[in-house]
Formats: sequence, structure tokens, C-alpha cells
Amino acid sequence: MSKHHVTTTINGEPVEFLCEAQETMLDVLRNTLNLTGSKEGCASGDCGACSVICDGKLICSCLMLGVEAEGRAITTVEGVADGEELHPVQRKFLEHAALQCGFCTPGLIVASKALLDENPNPTEEEARYWLAGNLCRCTGYDKILAAVMDAAAEMRGETRA
Amino acid sequence: MNYIASKPELKVVGTRPVRPDGVDKVTGRAQFGADMALPGMLWAKVKRSPHAHARIVSIDTSKALQLPGVRAVATAEDFPDIPSEEAFVGEGPMNFRDLSRNCMARGKALYEGHAVAAVAAISQAIADAALDLIEVEYEVLPHVIDVEAAMRPDAPLLHDDLFTQGLAEKPAKPSNVAKRVAFKKGDVEAGFREAEVVVEGRYTTQPVHQAYIEPHACVVSVAADGQAQIYSSSQGQFMVRAYCAKLLGWDLSNIRAVPLEIGGGFGGKTLVYLEPVALVLAKKSGRPVKMVMTREEVFRATGPTSGGVIEVKIGAKRDGTIVAAQQVLKYQAGAFPGSPIGPGCMCGFAMYDLPNVDVVGYDVVSNRPKVAAYRAPGAPLSSWAVECAMDDLALKLGMDPIALREKNGVRDGSKTHYGPSFRDIGFLETLAAAKNHPHYRALLGPNQGRGVACGFWFNIGGESSGAVHINEDGTASVVSGNPDIGGSRASMAMMAAEVLGIPVEKVRPIVGDTSSIGFSHLTGGSRVTFATGMAVTQAAERVVEQLKARAAQIWEIPAEAVEWRDGAAYPAGSNAGAFEPLTLAQIAEKAARTGGPISSEVSLNAQGAGPGFGAHICDVEVDPETGRTTILRYTAVQDVGKAIHPSYVEGQIQGGVAQGVGWALNEEYIYDAQGRLENPGFLDYRVPVASDLPRIEAVMVEVPNPRHPFGARGVGEVPIVPPMAAVGNAIRAATGIRMYDLPMSPPRMRVALDSAKAS
Repeated sequence: MSKHHVTTTINGEPVEFLCEAQETMLDVLRNTLNLTGSKEGCASGDCGACSVICDGKLICSCLMLGVEAEGRAITTVEGVADGEELHPVQRKFLEHAALQCGFCTPGLIVASKALLDENPNPTEEEARYWLAGNLCRCTGYDKILAAVMDAAAEMRGETRA
Repeated sequence: MNYIASKPELKVVGTRPVRPDGVDKVTGRAQFGADMALPGMLWAKVKRSPHAHARIVSIDTSKALQLPGVRAVATAEDFPDIPSEEAFVGEGPMNFRDLSRNCMARGKALYEGHAVAAVAAISQAIADAALDLIEVEYEVLPHVIDVEAAMRPDAPLLHDDLFTQGLAEKPAKPSNVAKRVAFKKGDVEAGFREAEVVVEGRYTTQPVHQAYIEPHACVVSVAADGQAQIYSSSQGQFMVRAYCAKLLGWDLSNIRAVPLEIGGGFGGKTLVYLEPVALVLAKKSGRPVKMVMTREEVFRATGPTSGGVIEVKIGAKRDGTIVAAQQVLKYQAGAFPGSPIGPGCMCGFAMYDLPNVDVVGYDVVSNRPKVAAYRAPGAPLSSWAVECAMDDLALKLGMDPIALREKNGVRDGSKTHYGPSFRDIGFLETLAAAKNHPHYRALLGPNQGRGVACGFWFNIGGESSGAVHINEDGTASVVSGNPDIGGSRASMAMMAAEVLGIPVEKVRPIVGDTSSIGFSHLTGGSRVTFATGMAVTQAAERVVEQLKARAAQIWEIPAEAVEWRDGAAYPAGSNAGAFEPLTLAQIAEKAARTGGPISSEVSLNAQGAGPGFGAHICDVEVDPETGRTTILRYTAVQDVGKAIHPSYVEGQIQGGVAQGVGWALNEEYIYDAQGRLENPGFLDYRVPVASDLPRIEAVMVEVPNPRHPFGARGVGEVPIVPPMAAVGNAIRAATGIRMYDLPMSPPRMRVALDSAKAS
């Protein structure tokens, strides 16, 4: 079985890879490109640990085929920070202690960034429903919501409550 | 040294710094089990039984071995058939023989998903293809899933050599009842004769999974001389090493277990599933081997915790004084003995000072995956029954439910029904904080109700090691032997920084591998901040003694004449003011000339873990049409001793509550008639998501544990104990219906609402 040649953009950089037709984008990221920040928690689109942004849309990379990356632009957790400068969502997750084991964190960082890209002023309920596809078993989501709402306020330039 | 009394103004402990491993975790750099890779590594997969109970007649691996790219196959024949031997390595007793047979079935498959063979190949695809080529001939046997069905004399027998322990005489015939345990205090029958009000009920729970988001994973390599490396995600690198050595008959010194970041455990990663299998395959193939479970494998073959049947009966005087309490508990152990029936029997009534108690428990095997520890193992089931009954009792007496608990609650000197007496506990303080919380008096709307429930956990200490090394520039490194499952590296660094008197950012902690730090019991029992924290604190104190001695040497005065404060040595007593203070950095710089490196490692067996108590208040709304229960507001009060890093203490409480709410409302293992699990995925096994929950307010009560230098007591387990009853009691308040069976899912609520309406 011959592999497919895929040309894509990942975290702003041009990337080429070979993959089999049935390989998921998550497997390509983790096993071929060594971008292991995206996690596999279920491989069925239920846990969100593999969340990436593909052409501006939040998706589960375990439900995307590697070949579908052709010509698209993908952001993974490794591309959320601007070099050494953490994204406000990342900084607020740290300040609010919004992680315990940290396994769901990459997916939640990506999903939260996608939320604020699309809706800079979400209500807490909107944020909860947006993040409902990202399972966290450690935190009870309380501090995650606090971090996301605080990051949103900071990105809007509002003083912190 | 005890800092509670002598140093009331702490500079680091009790603050909320950014955790030292945080940046790696928000940027994707942190390396978890499945993120590890070694050059030339093979991928291994497990073939699992499709039957709930079957004799393995034969296993033919020849076709699989012929598939190009397959390098090794393993079955039970590759493992020594070790004798029955019980040891306390994980969070509870473990029989090595059972563990071996759980990792790889020998003779019989005891549950659907039980490992029967494994294969290592050069790619995942080839390993998968090879699994299909392994031919297993089964003789399917009758199976049993339900706990009470398994206890019947005519039930299908899982182990023909299992004779009930704990009876006056060894029974004549084997059964599925592995053990009977009993605790008695006073005279329960006399107590019930004295009682003026009696409540009772029969409660059931289903097995629920720890549902850590990270599936089990490991990478191993075995050299030709027998030296092996294990990189894996677990709750204890020393536990992994001990189990692997025991199951394979290898020397401990030949195994180095390296802890990778752990993506949640909650007790479920206190034993091994993959590592021994991977080691066998690595040894046979001469190549490193990587194994990663799928989510379906996690559900079918690991964890969960027990389901059970719990009967409870409580008798009280009209003034609320409880005079008799009785419980019968039947816990599912899964395929091998070892449910948390012991703690289950102890925890339910542990919160109350009762004169007459009678508790009997049964540990029962059935054709389900072997249970693993799950947060306060055994307590949630027991307390689900007791705390619902307490609510019924309060209702019957016309008493406030918190007042009823205050009247009977344990205090210093109270003797438990299982033996020990409590001291330095904060249950009454916790109840008072709950009663005084504005939540307790907030108004409720139609179809809404409020419930209260309490929870207890022992917390443990145990063998622990911690090291503090002073670096040449005056910064410090802390090494501990415990995987950091919820922020413990932050606590370790904070306690060391407090003692050393330097900023916490100057102290960097790591979790060492089994060859770089002294033995440490696993991360479990809510013990790490208490016990390993004690080791790290003592190591830091020894380092301070060395720093003082070095300063004394530089000044040429006696070491006793030096005092340490704010990260510097000061001449004291008659020498006070005679020399400029020497900072830690200045002493570190001169270390080579004053005696060499400054460091200390402390290994100890920590005693005196303070038990923890929680009181939860929960508001729900029950939709009368759909039966769906929505959590409107949740407040969890807990005595935490002293919060080292309050944010991570709150996080433990909030996370425990969320898991308990899932246990209360959604989560359960569902089996078909053939004993096959029907919901082995996150779509059908529904853990709470962000939109299911409100903000969870964690209220920390601080009654210091005098046996920890900073007063800490374990906090991680208590918060999962009360939620099931808190939700159930809130549902009772909202609907007038007492629910006896978990989960209180919409279909079950609908049936209850319909039948209440009909009657």
C-alpha cells in the first residue's frame, strides 16, 4: 500500500508528510511529526484531548484523516504560544490552577483559544457549552471556567474583576 | 520541627504560586506515558477474551508469528506461575498470583476483555493484524455479573479454590464469596430495643470507572544482561518495579522504573496491566516495546471500582441521639478477590459517635474486570447508604440534617466501631462551617431541593523519600519518589522553600526514578503532601543545619551560635551582629571549600496522617417531564488541616465533587445477557462535562494536623464520598422521592416519578 504525500501548514510552518489513507491526523501529529502535545484519550471524538484548529475551526484531530490536511492550516497546542510568550489562555490556566494532571489541558487550551477567537465575550454558560466536548476528570471544570472567563476579559482589555 | 506553633507567619506555604510543571503542561511539552518513544521500538497489542467466562482450551500463535513484521508473541506460558502471596504494595492488599493472572489469563478467561495473548510487531497495523491470526479455542462457561447472584450457592464458580475467609470455620465448598468481614461495638440489638425512631433502606450502586483521560501506556526496554527500563504513567514507579519484579521473578535492582507524567489515576493506576507484558515481549524480541491501551480496553479491562448492595438500619431517640446502627455490605470485587470491603465497613459510620454498631461485609467475585482503587475506595458506596438514611432520620425526627449530624458527630476522643479513637479532628468545625454558609439558607424554586451529606476518609502516611540539593548558585532542587498527580511538586517545592527561606521559584522539584531516590510508597491514600511532604521538609531542615554549620565554619564560631532566617545565616547569641549575615547563595558558592556539596535525603515511614471530614450542600432541580436532574449549586466544606497550595486543595475538592456527581447521576457499567460490557466509551459512559456542572465552591476549614510540620492532612479522597447522598437527598427534597439505586439517571428518575404519581 503506497503512502500519500500531504503538503500542509502546521503552526504557521510548511510541513510535508507521508501517511497511509486510513491514518488519522492525530496519529500523524503524534507518531510522524512528533507533535505529542495533542493527546489521545478516546480516538472517537468524545474527549477532546486531541483538539486542534483546522482552517479556523475547532476539531478533534482523531476524527480527521491525515490526508485531509492537504492544503489546510492547522494549529496544535504547540502553536498556541507566540514563541516564549504564552497566550493569555495559557497564562490564565496557570494563574488559576486550572489543571491538575494536565492531560486534557492541551485540548482545553486549544478549545478555549478557538472559543475566544470566535466569541471574545462569551457568557460563562456559552463557555461551558463550548467546552462540553473537552473532558476533564480532575478539576470539576471550576477553575478552567474561571481561567477562560478571565482570559477573555483580559483579551478584551478590561481590568480584571 | 513543627511550624504551626513556632512560625505562624508563613511566607510560602498557604500562597498560590504557579506550579513548577505548569508551563510544560499548557504548551504540550509535558511527556505522558504514550508520548515516550525509543529507537527501534516495537508496538505491542493485547488479544482479549470476547467471553465473560471461558476455559481456554488452546492458543495457537503460529500464524501470527509467521506474519512479516511480528517479532514476539506472549501468553501465560511466558510468565512464571507464581504462588498465592499477598502483599501491601498498592493502595490495598494485592495477591501477586491474581495480579499475574489478571495481566495474562491462565487457564480461564474470567471477564470479557481479559488478556489472553499479546503480540509485538514493527508497526501498530501489523500488531493489530497479528492479533486476528492468534487462534484461541474457548469452552464458554456460564457467567455471573450481579453481586447477589454471584453469592448464591448455585452460581457459576470463578475459582474452584476460593473458600470464604473470615468465617468461624473454613467452608466445605468453594464459592464466589472471597471474604466476610465484621465489626461490632456494643450491643446493636439492645440499641434497637432502646430506639424510638428507626429508618432503614437497601441501596445499590453500579461499578463506575476512574475514567482518567490518559489511557494506560508504557515503553520498556530489556538489555541482554537483564537490566530493564520501564517508562510509564502510574501512581508509583516503585509499585511498577515491585509488581514487575514479582510477576516475572526478576531482581528489583535490574529494573529501573521511570515515572512519566500521569494523566489522571484516582486510584486506577495503582497496579499494573501492561508493563509486565511489555517486558516479556521486549525480552523475547530484544527490542524496546511500546504499549498503549485504547479507551475501550481501559473500560473493559482496567479499574473500575466496585458496585454493591448496602443495607442500612439506624435507630435513634426522639432527641436525635443515635443508639443503634447496622449495615450489611456486599461489594463486587470483579474477577479476583479484593474489593474495598474493609474500608467500606469502616467508613459509613466512622463520622458518628455510636454506642452500638454492627457491620458485616462481603467481598464477592464475579465475571467483571478486577476492581482497582478509586478515590476513598469503598467509602462512597457505604456512605451513599448511611447518609441517605441519616437524611431520612432527620426528616422523621423533624430535625435539621446538619443538627442531627452535630448531635452525633465524632469529636476528639470518640471511639470508632472499628477500633481506633479520633484525635485532633475537625468534623464539628466542618459541620459548623456548612451550617453557617449562606448557601444553606438560600431560597429554592419549584422542583428544586437541597441535600446535605458528609464524608470521611482515613488518609495514610507510609514510606516516603525526599531529597533537597543546594545548587552552586544558591537555588535548590527537590527530588521526591511520588508521581505528581494533582500538583504535589508545587507543594514539595513550597515546603522546601519555606524551610530554606528562599523564593519558591528558586526551588525546582522533580519526581525521581527508582534508582535516583529512596523507596516511596505509591501516590495514593491522600498521603503525598502529608508523608512525602514530611520527608522533603525534614530534608530541607537538615540542609539548613548544614548551611548553619558552614556559616559557623566561615565565621569560626560554634554552629549553635548561628541562626537561620529569611534564607540567610545570622550570628546569634553573644556573636549577634559580629558578622554580616551570609545568604544561602553565598554559602553555596563557598561549599566546595567548606566541606563539599550541601544536600540531604530523608527516607521515613510517616505516621499520624490526620483523618479528613467533609460536609457537602447540594441544590438540584428535577425536571418532572424528562427526569433529568440539574445541579444548581454545590458547596463542599472540608477540614484540610493546612492548605499548602490552596488552589490545588480546592481543585481536589472540586474534582472529587464532579466525579461524585457523575457517580450519582450518570455513570454505570451496563452489561448484556452474555456478560459483555455495552458502554465501553465516553459517548455511552458519560462522565460530567463542563455544561453539566455549576461552579463548585470549595470551603477549606483548617484544623491543623499536629503530626505534620505544617499541619497538612490528606484532602484528595474525602470529597468523592458525600456527593451521591448529597444529590440523592436533594432529589428527595425536590420530589419527595427517596432514590435507592445509583445512578439516578433520567430513565430511573422517570420510573420513580411515574410510580409516585400513580400511587
